[in-house]
Amino acid sequence: MTIAELNAIKAQYEDLIKIRTIVREEGEKMAAHTGYRKQVLVCGGTGCTSSSSAKVIEQLETSLKELGLDDVLIVKTGCFGLCALGPIMIVYPEGAFYAQITPEHAKTVAEKHLVPGGSMVKEYLYEGTIHEDGSIIPFAETPFYKKQLRIALRNCGVIAAESIEEAIGAGDYQALAKVLSGMSPDDVINELLASGLRGRGGAGFPTGRKWQFAKASVNDVKYVCCNADEGDPGAFMDRSVLEGDPHCVIEAMTIAGYAIGAHQGYIYVRAEYPIAVNRLNIALEAARKHGLIGKNILGSGFDFELELRLGAGAFVCGEETALMTSIEGHRGEPRPRPPFPAVKGLFGKPTILNNVETWANINPIIMNGAEWFKSIGTEKSSGTKVFALGGKINNVGLVEVPMGTTLNEIIYEIGGGIPNGKKFKAAQTGGPSGGCIPADAGDVQMDFDNLAAIGSMMGSGGLIVLDEDTCMVDIAKFYLEFTADESCGKCTPCRIGTRRLLDILNKITDGNGEPEDLEKIDEIANHMKSSSLCALGQTAPNPILSTMQHYIDEYKAHIYDKTCPAGVCKSLLNYYIIEDKCKGCTLCARNCPVGAISGTVKNPHVIDTAKCIKCGACIEKCKFGAIIKK
Amino acid sequence: MVNLKINGIAVSVPEGSTILDAAKVANVKIPTLCYLKDVQKCGSCRMCLVEATGARGLVAACVYPVSEGMEVQTNTPKVRQSRKTTLELILSTHNKKCLSCARSTSCELQRLALEYNCDEDKFGSPEEYPVVDDSSVSLIRDNSKCINCTRCVAACDMQTVGAIGPIRRGFAKHIGSPFEVALADTNCVNCGQCIVACPVGALTEKSNVQQVWDAISDPTKEVVFYTAPSVRVQLGEPFGNPVGTNVEKKMVTAIKALGQNVKCFNMDVTADLTIIEEATELLSRVTTGGTIPMFTSCCPGWIKFIEHNYPEYLDNLSTCKSPQQMFGSLLKTYYCEKNNIDPANLFVVSVIPCTAKKFEVERPEMNLDTDVALTTRELAKMISEAGIDFNAIPDGEYDNPFEIATGAGAIFGATGGVMEAALRTAAVKLGGEGQPIEFSEVRGTDGVKEAEYTIGGVTVSVAVASGLGGARKIMEMIKSGEKNYTFVEVMACPGGCINGGGQPYVPDEIRNSIDVRAVRANALYTYDESLPLRQSHKSPVVDLLYKEYFGEPNSHKAHEVLHTTYTARNKFN
Amino acid sequence: MTQIPFKGTPEQEAELKAFIETKKHEPGCLMPVLQEAQRIYGYLPVEVQQMIADGLGVTLAEVYGVSTFYSQFTLSPKGKYKVNVCLGTACYVKGADKVLEAIEKKLGISAGGITPDGKFSIDTCRCVGACGLAPVVVINDDVYGKLTPDMVDDMLSHYID
Repeated sequence: MTIAELNAIKAQYEDLIKIRTIVREEGEKMAAHTGYRKQVLVCGGTGCTSSSSAKVIEQLETSLKELGLDDVLIVKTGCFGLCALGPIMIVYPEGAFYAQITPEHAKTVAEKHLVPGGSMVKEYLYEGTIHEDGSIIPFAETPFYKKQLRIALRNCGVIAAESIEEAIGAGDYQALAKVLSGMSPDDVINELLASGLRGRGGAGFPTGRKWQFAKASVNDVKYVCCNADEGDPGAFMDRSVLEGDPHCVIEAMTIAGYAIGAHQGYIYVRAEYPIAVNRLNIALEAARKHGLIGKNILGSGFDFELELRLGAGAFVCGEETALMTSIEGHRGEPRPRPPFPAVKGLFGKPTILNNVETWANINPIIMNGAEWFKSIGTEKSSGTKVFALGGKINNVGLVEVPMGTTLNEIIYEIGGGIPNGKKFKAAQTGGPSGGCIPADAGDVQMDFDNLAAIGSMMGSGGLIVLDEDTCMVDIAKFYLEFTADESCGKCTPCRIGTRRLLDILNKITDGNGEPEDLEKIDEIANHMKSSSLCALGQTAPNPILSTMQHYIDEYKAHIYDKTCPAGVCKSLLNYYIIEDKCKGCTLCARNCPVGAISGTVKNPHVIDTAKCIKCGACIEKCKFGAIIKK
Repeated sequence: MVNLKINGIAVSVPEGSTILDAAKVANVKIPTLCYLKDVQKCGSCRMCLVEATGARGLVAACVYPVSEGMEVQTNTPKVRQSRKTTLELILSTHNKKCLSCARSTSCELQRLALEYNCDEDKFGSPEEYPVVDDSSVSLIRDNSKCINCTRCVAACDMQTVGAIGPIRRGFAKHIGSPFEVALADTNCVNCGQCIVACPVGALTEKSNVQQVWDAISDPTKEVVFYTAPSVRVQLGEPFGNPVGTNVEKKMVTAIKALGQNVKCFNMDVTADLTIIEEATELLSRVTTGGTIPMFTSCCPGWIKFIEHNYPEYLDNLSTCKSPQQMFGSLLKTYYCEKNNIDPANLFVVSVIPCTAKKFEVERPEMNLDTDVALTTRELAKMISEAGIDFNAIPDGEYDNPFEIATGAGAIFGATGGVMEAALRTAAVKLGGEGQPIEFSEVRGTDGVKEAEYTIGGVTVSVAVASGLGGARKIMEMIKSGEKNYTFVEVMACPGGCINGGGQPYVPDEIRNSIDVRAVRANALYTYDESLPLRQSHKSPVVDLLYKEYFGEPNSHKAHEVLHTTYTARNKFN
Repeated sequence: MTQIPFKGTPEQEAELKAFIETKKHEPGCLMPVLQEAQRIYGYLPVEVQQMIADGLGVTLAEVYGVSTFYSQFTLSPKGKYKVNVCLGTACYVKGADKVLEAIEKKLGISAGGITPDGKFSIDTCRCVGACGLAPVVVINDDVYGKLTPDMVDDMLSHYID
């Protein structure tokens, strides 16, 4: 394919896609000449697919056929970001946002809304998009979206994820065309350096410098790798990009190949992401067919091939040298650095590795320039960051905000606050390598350096919100269980240290903690930080150290008073019935699996704490809030 | 050259050197556990951490490259604390039965724990210990003592055997055989290179010491020992002699002092006998169109390796028994007949630097002619247990009639030695007297050595494999048709028997600074040079054996007593 | 490790060997081959791993070491219905452990196990990426979200015939 052919496809699809991002009236005018009166975007990301969006699409197709509506386009997109409301469906040009759609709802929408002269089915619209006067707020104007700035996620939820034409229409491969037709490798690297882009995978190393090192390494064979082994439990931004806009990764890796002098790339993707793997395969095939990878790309004479490699469930393979060892077909154990991958990486050749979100930023930087990118975010962390908002928060989903946005803005304005009127206690960032930000530090401006300064880290962008019911010792234990399980076992501090730390935390949460345990934690944790072979071991103690820093009183309560203030650690709790609140309905006694509750109808019941196994079944059943644990 | 400072000491080392290399030049000691020269360099145990300018945090000296102007500190509070905690973490998983451990006093972990003032109970030891695998007749794996340094795996991989490997990950990571089967049920060739690599007591030979004591104290038994060529240059080490000291004469005295009427013979005799039988076999194969190339059959590790991996080449193996088994058979036949002894009452003990020989003794083909194979290490233990002051005892001589051997027999202990010994005799047979004695092309510790000789109009193309890695290379070249050899020597252990699986433990500190294999091999070559007879066909003992018993080489009688057969095995078990 | 006898068919063996032939010259092909073998056989017993070691010319120890390093490879067969409980952070803070307990109790096996009739197996995983639906359980290809322990009976009833 030539650049002219590329641009022809772009011209053909551009307006169709633009309608999905502009205001209603203009969109209606444009719709007329696209051939489609209406476009229905249905999320086909993992979250919505899990809640049966495929059946919604099937139903829509049937209904459109029955109604003879051939001027309505159904678009299966990637993730919109608001996973909690899935399956999600948006109708353009009006931007009507339907949430938690069932196939029956879809049928009704087709019959009432999509037919000529139809109107929105208000009862299925997401309540957050309806004004008091009944008019609707376009999706982009909702509080969830308004504070966001979507650069990496620019095409996610906007284009048909399996269509290369739509990807091209949305601007994918324009940066590649620009690079191949008029920029030298050094121009590309200088643009990146000037943009201040830092790796989005965790450590925040300047991307341009990485590329510069790899370019400087003299070798006939070099490699470009994409880290899509998103292992942080609770982070799924990379998956969303791969599901929503796989071509942006392919394009960016090809640009990198050109910049450093590599002709082969590998995308290492989690096998747990079947939809992403499938879309990547479709995208690679399409790109190959269109000559956007392969030989003589866009007539430039530059060759670049890409291969997909599937991970097999090892968190440590997110570490760059472990990932390369894994692609080489071995146990994913990290290697000592130096030599750094830019000098001696995959198969012993100079290699660069960036994560998906980093790749997703390349096209906009090339197209809009370093100055534009630098104007977003903070001085030392330019651009945006995607966070996977999860845990005890209303708007669970993916959000992309400029670096420097405060934690409170993310939680209260975008995230819609904490459910059930509970109190915000802390946010956990950086996953098993990160730490906790306590509620009183909620005005922290989220960027690489500020998070590190308060003992947490950006990590890949998992942001788990914890409320007052969360025990911080238990949370530390949760992460330690994870890292102990995921440690590769190569180096001593991590292999044995994670286990011994976990032993001590188990001892504490079981009520057997001793004062010197805190000193032992300190010794092992600091040892792991200073002496482990790779970042997994060096950062594994962070969840403990940061919870100890901010919530030492909780640790002490477990150790000295043998109580769990949040009421989580089973061994330290007993269940009681508050006499005044108990109506004597007997529901609790009937649901107790061990017969520990006694009492007669309409009289307060009593729990025999000796028999009670603390399963919590009674609390869940009690309608009067009469059962407490303390 | 790169200039740097280690603890303020300026040194200049070649580019590509590690901090550990540079520290050696500066005479600064850095502790190691997982590092082993020529075997493994992976930076995993974290014992060798140091501070270096330009590096973030502590770095592993064994893998960290030096750079110009670098300043390294190996003895700071941070470094000492890190090493101590590393050791204490290891000790929390280690079965600390040090008093009765075979490696007590030669254990690298024990030494470091002492040096770093460790509290071995600091982090408890909450887990149950894994069970011991004593299924193999040659070696025992006790994972309760394993520190996961993976040196054994590296050694096994160098041998291209792959009988063991890392299994699972994290704290559950351990070393074992695929699918956790017992070692006896794997393709393990019993070479014992894993034992030699192990810094602790997780791998040891299966001891036969008690059996030997029992025989010595049994009045109905006559006990005879015979010692393999390389034992004389190894046995001194456990008694404080430098690597490569030849202690043959004290060894003989010590063995005879183990009990009354214990005799000690020289196994070099059957090495000479092997040469006569094998050279005859080779010439016969060459002249009658037999299967070529012929492979040596002295090494039981190699025999099991080829049985598992190249069973289609078993006809290429010389049918000669190994010198150990020739000796056992000779004793149970010729010697018993001559001295009117009931073979059932003769207890035959070979002393060898090898663990595979224990397996060889038990092969059904061998009829238990040799009752027990003792490693050099086991012999040293017996000597200590018997209260023999090894360095103080007088010199002694081997017993008659297996006393005198040639230098050709002695060099069997080093890689290339069998080949050289064969060439010494073949050269004379083909070209008459006046041929060279030394064939240095086949000496040295390279994995594969090749040479071609034309003697008396006949050209022989030979190859020598030092270690099974080299053997696999040679086999693949033969298989693909790339190479055509006449005769191939294989010793399973890199460097030959002087680096066998039954040799004395060499402390890491020494092993990482000198080439132990080369030093011991040199001691054998020096011994060879000192002997009046250096060609097997000149051995008066061998001469007598043919005259009195076998008639001539490869005779019917010789075949009955001195030759054997092989068994094809599965690749995996 | 499984005690169940190996029941591979000649067709399966031919399929795996053909795949190995196409891959054996690609660098680093052991992982893709193991993944394909697991797709064909459902698990990776010794017979299959020996075929792979043989076909690729690597040691069995290497194959076994890799197969036990990654949590997706399994050495024992899985149930007809593979119940996978997500224990990622988002699911955990929303009570996935209690859901797991309820499933274990209902099926009478613990995570990692298989029911004696071979019908159900339970495994846990770290984040399927459906955090919006936490806590999540995946049974074969069906996803169940926003679960509570008392929804478990109903969820499993779809598979108990």
